[in-house]
Amino acid sequence: MKTSEEIYNLLKEKFNNKIIELTSAASVEPFIVVDPLIIHEVCFYLRDDNDLQFNSLMNLSGVDNANGEKKPEVDGSITISGGTLSVVYHLESTELKHKVILKVFTPRENPEVQSVSDVWRCADWHEREAYDLIGINFLNHPDLRRILMPYDWEAGHPLRKDYKNPEFYHGMKVPY
Amino acid sequence: MINTIEKNIETQPSLNTEEMILNMGPQHPSTHGVLRLELLLEGEIVKKVTPHLGYLHRCFEKHAEVMTYPQVIPYTDRMDYLASMYNEFGYAITVEKLLDIKVPERVEYIRVIMGELQRIASHLVALGTYGADIGAMTPFLFCFRDREKILSLFELTCGARLLYNYIWVGGVSHDLHPDFIRLAKEFIHYFRPKVVELNDLLTNNKIFIERTANVGILPADVAINYGVTGPMLRGSGMKWDLRRNDPYSVYDKFDFNIPVGEGLMGTVGDSWDRYYVRILEMEESLKILEQALAQIPEGDVSSAIPKRVKPPVGEVYGRVENPRGELGYYIISDGSVNPFRVKVRAPSFVNLSVMNELCKGHMVADVVAILGSIDIVLGEVDR
Repeated sequence: MKTSEEIYNLLKEKFNNKIIELTSAASVEPFIVVDPLIIHEVCFYLRDDNDLQFNSLMNLSGVDNANGEKKPEVDGSITISGGTLSVVYHLESTELKHKVILKVFTPRENPEVQSVSDVWRCADWHEREAYDLIGINFLNHPDLRRILMPYDWEAGHPLRKDYKNPEFYHGMKVPY
Repeated sequence: MINTIEKNIETQPSLNTEEMILNMGPQHPSTHGVLRLELLLEGEIVKKVTPHLGYLHRCFEKHAEVMTYPQVIPYTDRMDYLASMYNEFGYAITVEKLLDIKVPERVEYIRVIMGELQRIASHLVALGTYGADIGAMTPFLFCFRDREKILSLFELTCGARLLYNYIWVGGVSHDLHPDFIRLAKEFIHYFRPKVVELNDLLTNNKIFIERTANVGILPADVAINYGVTGPMLRGSGMKWDLRRNDPYSVYDKFDFNIPVGEGLMGTVGDSWDRYYVRILEMEESLKILEQALAQIPEGDVSSAIPKRVKPPVGEVYGRVENPRGELGYYIISDGSVNPFRVKVRAPSFVNLSVMNELCKGHMVADVVAILGSIDIVLGEVDR
């Protein structure tokens, strides 16, 4: 059983500057920030190392941090440019009973994160969901399609903070 | 005549037929809602299953971002509509973790009682409809008859039978009705023999066993890699239950077993095991209920309900053992009265993703038996 700090030190030793920081504040569970283009390798290490054995991915969530420049539009909505999107990984070892949280930050304009769906198959659908609703592009994902929205939804990704409902979908009025 | 057919078969070394795609759903009785399965068949053998979801997608997570924290609770009801109490339970304890408040002991007990009653009600639907999928209609009616009694208990408590809005952040909306404890004890007394009856009727039924044993075998390591939880994971022989492994509320005060699949009728982790784990779990829930009803302390149920829910900046992941598995809420607060982000880790959603793995190499008719044993609720898969 290891604490987040011990895991952070282990990762730092192995991947040095690709592991960015360990954040812990009073009201936040501590999390480790990782480079989005090395997350696949980090996750393999976390799963297969004998002292870590993170065999289970509890949850994977995409988040729109909405920390870019906000520009109000005429119709009352906002457009956000710049800033970041992030993906949060909640890992757990059912053998060693410890948990850790990883986070990656990726630019909003070109959000690219390595897929971990071959590390935990569980990530497959979660990543499709994050792609569908937030618009994060998972590199090397075997089947990156929309999952909850219609396959031919053209109005973007609904969980982005500056998402606007389209007026029509295939000629049907959307806010009916 | 027979001889010529046999001769024909002998002269053709492999009887490969063309691959065919068959659509099952979105309106198919065995999918328990609106789910479309795209089956790639070779003859009657399933080569690949591709589930297509989203027919019931309401974007709960987007709704949650414009609601205040307490206003989200009725929306959580509508995700897993067969286990609404447990969805509220999970959401409430996650927000309480974020707020760092402690709720009175009586509230914890009420939540556990409601949660376990809900677990029985939810398993009854799972077992009854599973029987109906396979062709046994009577157990379905028996299960729903007993479930009605639980729903009446809920109605007595909060006025609603399906979507309760009962467990609030910091407490519950109403205290128990004066008759509740007596009626709940009566229910336990009534329900114990009904489990035996269900076993006689369905569990040990020869036809049922033939249809489910050795069908859709899920090994434990595959289950963990796919993130499968709940009765499905336990059916694969893994002793993993958050009520024991990561205790929340007052579950550490009760004595109960965690049933796991043993492969009594076939192989460990087959559909029959997943079914039987649910039966055994209902009996364990009865045990928890008995203890909780005997120990429940007096107290005020609304004393810890905050006037205004405004958590500090932060993020939290809370999880509970829902009747279907690990129900997780990942909530980010930006310090305002609305959550910044609510992500739900829905157990049905994750459990369904293993479908392709289970169905490969089985017959079309087995797809129905496997899907029923996963016990999905589409409201939760699509959210």
